[in-house]
Amino acid sequence: MNRAQRGAAGSRGLGTMEFGAEFRRFSLERSKPGKFEEFYGLLQHVHKIPNVDVLVGYTDIHGDLLPINNDDNYHKAVSTANPLLRIFIQRKEDADYSAFGTDTMTRKKNVLSNVLRPDNHKKKPHIVISMPQDFRPVSSIIDVDILPETHRRVRLHKHGSDKPLGFYIRDGSSVRVTPHGLEKVPGIFISRLVPGGLAQSTGLLAVNDEVLEVNGIEVSGKSLDQVTDMMIANSRNLIITVRPANQRNNVVRNSRTSGSSGQSTESSLPSSTPNILGNLLQGEEDSDEEDIIIEDSGEPQQIPKAAPTSESIESLSQIELLHESTQNGFLPSSEMNLNHSAGSISMEYEVPEPGRKSLEEDGTIITL
Amino acid sequence: MRRFLRPGHDPVRERLKRDLFQFNKTVEHGFPHQPSALGYSPFLRLMAIGTRSGAIKLYGAPGVEFMGLHEENNTVMQIHFIPDQCQLVTLLDDNSLHLWSLKQHGGASELQEEHRFTLKGPPGSPPSATQVTAVLPHSSREVLYLGTESGNIFVVELPSFRVLEDRTITPEAVLQRIPEDNCNRRSCELVEALREHPKNPDQILIGYSRGLIVLWDLQNNKATHHFLGSQQLENLYWQRDGSKFISCHYDGSYTQWPVSSDNRQPEPLENTVPYGPFPCKAISKIYWQTTKNGLPYIIFQGGMPRASYGDRHSISVIHGSQQTAFDFTSRVIDFFIIFSSDPAAEFDDPSALVVLAEEELVVIDLKSAGWPAVHPPYLASLHCSAITCSHHVSNIPLKLWERIISAGSKQNIHYSSMPWPIDGGTNIAPDPPQRDLLLTGHEDGTVRFWDASGVCLHLLYKLSTVRVFLTDADPNDNMNTLGEDEWPPLRKVGTFDPYSDDPRLGIQKIYLCKYSGYLAVAGTAGQVLVMELNDEDAEHVVDHAEADLLQDQEGYRWKGHEKLKTRDGPVQFEAGFQPFVLVQCQPPAVVTSLALHSEWKLVAFGTSHGFGLFDHQQKRLVFVKCTLHPSDQLALEGPLSRVKSLKKSLRQSFRRIRRSRVSSRKRRGGGGNASEVQEANAKFDQDALQEMELAPVQRKIEARSAEDSFTGFVRTLYFADTFLRDSSRHCPSLWAGTNGGTVYAFCLRVPPAERRMDEPVRAEQAKEIQLMHRAPVVGILVLDGRSTPLPEPLEVAHDLSKSPDMQGSHQLLVVSEEQFKVFTLPKVSSKLKLKLTALEGCRVRKVTVANFGSCKTDDYSENDLAVLTNLGDIQIISLPFLKLQIRYPCIRKEDVSGIASCVFTKYGQGFYLISPSEFERFSLSTKWLVEPRCIVDMPELTSNNHVHNRSGTENAARKS
Repeated sequence: MNRAQRGAAGSRGLGTMEFGAEFRRFSLERSKPGKFEEFYGLLQHVHKIPNVDVLVGYTDIHGDLLPINNDDNYHKAVSTANPLLRIFIQRKEDADYSAFGTDTMTRKKNVLSNVLRPDNHKKKPHIVISMPQDFRPVSSIIDVDILPETHRRVRLHKHGSDKPLGFYIRDGSSVRVTPHGLEKVPGIFISRLVPGGLAQSTGLLAVNDEVLEVNGIEVSGKSLDQVTDMMIANSRNLIITVRPANQRNNVVRNSRTSGSSGQSTESSLPSSTPNILGNLLQGEEDSDEEDIIIEDSGEPQQIPKAAPTSESIESLSQIELLHESTQNGFLPSSEMNLNHSAGSISMEYEVPEPGRKSLEEDGTIITL
Repeated sequence: MRRFLRPGHDPVRERLKRDLFQFNKTVEHGFPHQPSALGYSPFLRLMAIGTRSGAIKLYGAPGVEFMGLHEENNTVMQIHFIPDQCQLVTLLDDNSLHLWSLKQHGGASELQEEHRFTLKGPPGSPPSATQVTAVLPHSSREVLYLGTESGNIFVVELPSFRVLEDRTITPEAVLQRIPEDNCNRRSCELVEALREHPKNPDQILIGYSRGLIVLWDLQNNKATHHFLGSQQLENLYWQRDGSKFISCHYDGSYTQWPVSSDNRQPEPLENTVPYGPFPCKAISKIYWQTTKNGLPYIIFQGGMPRASYGDRHSISVIHGSQQTAFDFTSRVIDFFIIFSSDPAAEFDDPSALVVLAEEELVVIDLKSAGWPAVHPPYLASLHCSAITCSHHVSNIPLKLWERIISAGSKQNIHYSSMPWPIDGGTNIAPDPPQRDLLLTGHEDGTVRFWDASGVCLHLLYKLSTVRVFLTDADPNDNMNTLGEDEWPPLRKVGTFDPYSDDPRLGIQKIYLCKYSGYLAVAGTAGQVLVMELNDEDAEHVVDHAEADLLQDQEGYRWKGHEKLKTRDGPVQFEAGFQPFVLVQCQPPAVVTSLALHSEWKLVAFGTSHGFGLFDHQQKRLVFVKCTLHPSDQLALEGPLSRVKSLKKSLRQSFRRIRRSRVSSRKRRGGGGNASEVQEANAKFDQDALQEMELAPVQRKIEARSAEDSFTGFVRTLYFADTFLRDSSRHCPSLWAGTNGGTVYAFCLRVPPAERRMDEPVRAEQAKEIQLMHRAPVVGILVLDGRSTPLPEPLEVAHDLSKSPDMQGSHQLLVVSEEQFKVFTLPKVSSKLKLKLTALEGCRVRKVTVANFGSCKTDDYSENDLAVLTNLGDIQIISLPFLKLQIRYPCIRKEDVSGIASCVFTKYGQGFYLISPSEFERFSLSTKWLVEPRCIVDMPELTSNNHVHNRSGTENAARKS
């Protein structure tokens, strides 16, 4: 059952709603939209459905159906109303999630690419578009905008999942373009995917994919055992950059590339960008690795971060230094701070590109 | 660029780091692995040992040692000192010769390789033509005589190694004056020995392997005497006055030959088979030493009756009616005699027999009655019984040091009191800054206490835990006691005994409190012994307790070894560390961690099942905690089931091989002719090879889980007086870390001293921390209010440490194999961390707090963490901010046993095993550096020095 609502947001807006065949129209204060929860309550009130969980979506200026589920995207929605804001409401249990994102017919390809641009982040920080809470992130392709198209950076969310990571790696060799021509260099490859494991169920990793980085740290020059240890050490939030053995499903970026570059030949990993991101990934990951404490045989609790007291401010600044110094030697970055401020947002986006579509057909769940 | 100038790369700090840290491998302690050659210079009084890996090590007076390494890493076959020079020549098994010199540089002597040389024959000649079998450095110091397999003796000039072709002694020239019936080209094959005449440098004795011996006149280039031996020759030895020489033979006989001007072809004076009449093994080397009383010392290697004693490694000494066959537990590589080197002396007067066996150096005092052994000050056989663990204690108080030495001296009464006879060179290294002990635990249940203060690792005292237990082998059953009239008169010498009666006795953990003299050792079968130092022999009962670590769990069966049986009643203990408490863990799994608090009189121990706390004052078990995951069958059942699974996997792989063989046979088809079979075989090999390439090593990538095996394995235990519950009151606490990333903290209540015996010690679990990355916890440490690690027990009481700061808040440092984490106390919140594995792909193997002093100023020192990773790198990480300071590659990552054996000292040095018998010592500190520094001066040359050329050692090493 679909409900649709057209909300006109002017200085005094008028909202139309559709519930089944039902529409409601009412007005909102554009300058003071209030909080998402209030809005949600208002919708339930307007439709007289106080105890029904619903999904809220709206059509943006490009005609894409985008969700409204927090203050940020709610404000964004209101600010884009011109002057009418079309709002669609679905009952949660029979919601069609694929209605969001790419499947909206009028969608333009460059929308999210625009959003992904760092300068856009600066203007509109904290836009987090994500699926409702009852969706568990399993894996995602990230950093598409900064990686060569022949590479894929995949994040496997072990956290909260009872699936095993489920893959094996091996030594091997790959051919690289170097200043001295083609050279055979040792590399690390995925050798096996365990059926039903996280790695296999994502469909993003395949046997014979070459592993280039683990959580932003390049693996070249490292032994199989070292890479194994790095992956296990990051297993709760593993981000692997691979060069897929099958290069046909690569993401093609219309926004940045022209024409045929989607099928580009082997190119060496640009050394600077991934590491910057790597650094970022390292820092970001901390949030989801909380140790647990049981005090006096009580309930297990997450160990909180120490409050930065006057003493520990000093130590915190030291940590940052530490972070840098440990990575030194392979950390040339002037863009670092920029990326830091750009923050974790870009990571969270799914990329609405053809490559993804094929994956969806496999029934794989992909986060937004 | 800006970031490189940030405080992380603060130039002041960088400068300070240079003043604090420096990596050096300083000295190798112990006995060289796989020795292959021995040399001695009576002139320098230095001994040289060559090894199969191409190392050459020189030893003189204690502290005087040099090391060199041949680039080729080939086996050193022979070592010859150049008479009256600071030079020596080595022959390797690739037939290359190397000239080494001791040169003074910067006030100390150094061993340097000067030249190398390989003898080349004329084009087209077989390699045997130039294969060197005997080397004679002539007393003129100008030439080397090189005997070869072909029978030619080449002469090369020193130090240039130029071949003097016109002086080559060919078999043809030698055979010219030999009687017809012996005149056979084959009689001159293979030069076995070359010996210069002791009085006349113009004459050399040439021994060919088929038995022919020729005295050759170098001036006239002709043979002056022929000695026709009937037996295959092994070696030759001149008597001091040059009137006679001895030959020894393959059949176990030796022969004395007269040398006089009137008889050019003399008959032997005496031909003896000392261990006849039954067939005997070869005598490969012999000495004939004259003495004032007229009775010579005849000392020879081998010659044992072939059938009954052919497997013995013996050296016999005969002096008048006295005869002893010293029986070594490992193969004899070579030996030499130390005798009067004064050329004016009329007699040899031997003083010591120095034997290099494969696993140890044995020196026998020939001057004292009974020929006792001399205790070597260096080259200790660390591996007499395999080393199972090590523990280092820095800065031992003088009192304890003296007591240990006194206990040790009572064990050494059977050693000779002779001063160390190899005493060349001068040790000019500064005295060691402090007294350091290295304790090694061994497979046979012993703990050895080594003086590790200086360059010479020296055994002070040996402790055995065996007496506490009833083992299969009765210690009184001495197999070596032989009756008076036993023949041959064998006498076991040396300490190398690789055979352990019972592997359960093996020592796994050691903790010594240097202030109280309490020692705790724990072993393979879950035994924990607490000992006290007693200066007298004593007989007492050892209190015995059992700690059931599976208390609350039922229905499990331990399939590993049984616990050790204890002796009932009082046990006699010799002076030294005497056990007074024995705790046996149940199940009797290997003890994996141990901590002792000498002030609280508590000992904590952990196994793969859990951990326990024992009050050794009241002799009462305080508590046990089971850490075993209920589904962890592997840990539960003990080592046997692991063996089984290994067997299973072996069986599977065999099956796989068999299957692939079968399938290859099928492929071969019906054709039976050989070429087809060959083809099929080749194809099979190729397929197998391809298969191997297709299925390379894979590694499974999986997050650690609580259900993994051995998560309950207790890796570390730590006592601390800190704020565990609230920030106003501190209390004693016990911390334990497991393989599964869990940290347990127990709050302890220790009664005050006056009521210590009246009230029980109580313990209560206060905290349990689960690290989400679940990596094994390898270290736990509490930092005080000044971020200084808490002092050791009794350290403050002895005024050797400042009291810890109990005002400011304490911090907890947890080191796992993957991360370093600092938490606040008493409320645990995470403060900072260093994720080593995620960043570098290496894991922490060993970690210790070390104090680093500045080499520039005496008043600056700091505490850092010294960390050894599984890649063999050493990293220094600052406290409390966990900043990586510096990294040094130290051990090859493939050298797993080396990495496992590494032990750090409190002042930035460390030891690790480079072979079963050798510790490499290294230093991370600029200030604490123990390395050999010594000087070898040319002794004053006497006017008539040519007698010196009887370099005490003539190598017995030969073609094989």
